[in-house]
Amino acid sequence: MRKVISFILLLIVATGIAISLKEIPFGETESKLREYCLEHGIQETGATNIVTSVVVNYRGFDTLGEVTVLFLAAIGLSAVLYRDKEIERKKGRKSSLILFTGCRFLFPLILLFGAYIFIHGHLTPGGGFQGGAIIASGFLLTILGCWRWVGINRSRFKVTESLSGIAFVVIGLIGLLYGGYFLLNYLPKGTPNELFSAGIIPVIYIAIGFKVGSEIAGIIDDMVRSG
Amino acid sequence: MEFIENYLYYIASFGLILIGLYIMLIKKNLIKIIIGLSIIDTGVNILLITMGYLRNGTAPIFSKENLLPSRMVDPIPQALVLTAIVIGVAILALALALAIVLYRHYGTLNVSKIRGLKW
Repeated sequence: MRKVISFILLLIVATGIAISLKEIPFGETESKLREYCLEHGIQETGATNIVTSVVVNYRGFDTLGEVTVLFLAAIGLSAVLYRDKEIERKKGRKSSLILFTGCRFLFPLILLFGAYIFIHGHLTPGGGFQGGAIIASGFLLTILGCWRWVGINRSRFKVTESLSGIAFVVIGLIGLLYGGYFLLNYLPKGTPNELFSAGIIPVIYIAIGFKVGSEIAGIIDDMVRSG
Repeated sequence: MEFIENYLYYIASFGLILIGLYIMLIKKNLIKIIIGLSIIDTGVNILLITMGYLRNGTAPIFSKENLLPSRMVDPIPQALVLTAIVIGVAILALALALAIVLYRHYGTLNVSKIRGLKW
């Protein structure tokens, strides 16, 4: 009974989708917004990666909102998993020498790679969100492979996260004081395709990188601790 | 054949969305329902990217001199998906945390038992 009803429901949804999508051609996009962003993106923002200029400049306020959603999810997770007293960690087997050494060797390289990704966000495919995810994966590696080598300090994550979030808002507010718009691009744009270009975009992306990295690493840490 | 060429990406993305919906409707294990949620998330992201695709288009990055703006794919859906993926990870983690707490409280992950439903 349950399956039959579900199948009927899915069939209705599928036919509705098929009817509505029959008219939309694939592989041809005629959006005015796309043309505007592609043609004026470099002159207006200075970033050669147009996706970055859309994320941080044209839709910067929206990105602030998304970062807030991420923050709320992390806070909600640690509130849900909170326990009065820390449970004692079961003493697991110590990882083997190869795993321990390899993990210790890879961890700084992963952090460096993540930093490279978010510093070059305005020039190459990459940015704060991707770089932050890579940094968090480095912390996940230490938790899985060499927990005892780097005991992760919780409050440092929180401090990094808060400071980078505050940096994002303060950079936006300086634009409000300086030119009358929140998140105005007030720094010099420079020549495109150079590292020091695109005004506030790399600065904001660095803040986002730190924030996303420490937030996802904090989520992983909370889940491991509650385990 | 032409139909598949034209609509392959739509079929794939909506296939993923429908599979996820089916899982969420049928399955009773909470972990499986969360997996279905994650599959729907992936399908929606692929759909958004597909909407901005241009045949034989390049990535919207002016890394060389002779790249034409008219041959680039739409950057706006890509910017949306970029943030949506990270949000998806956070939502998934929150859902899993709630599942952990439910398991601690009820001792089971079966949705029917948790809610006291017959089916």
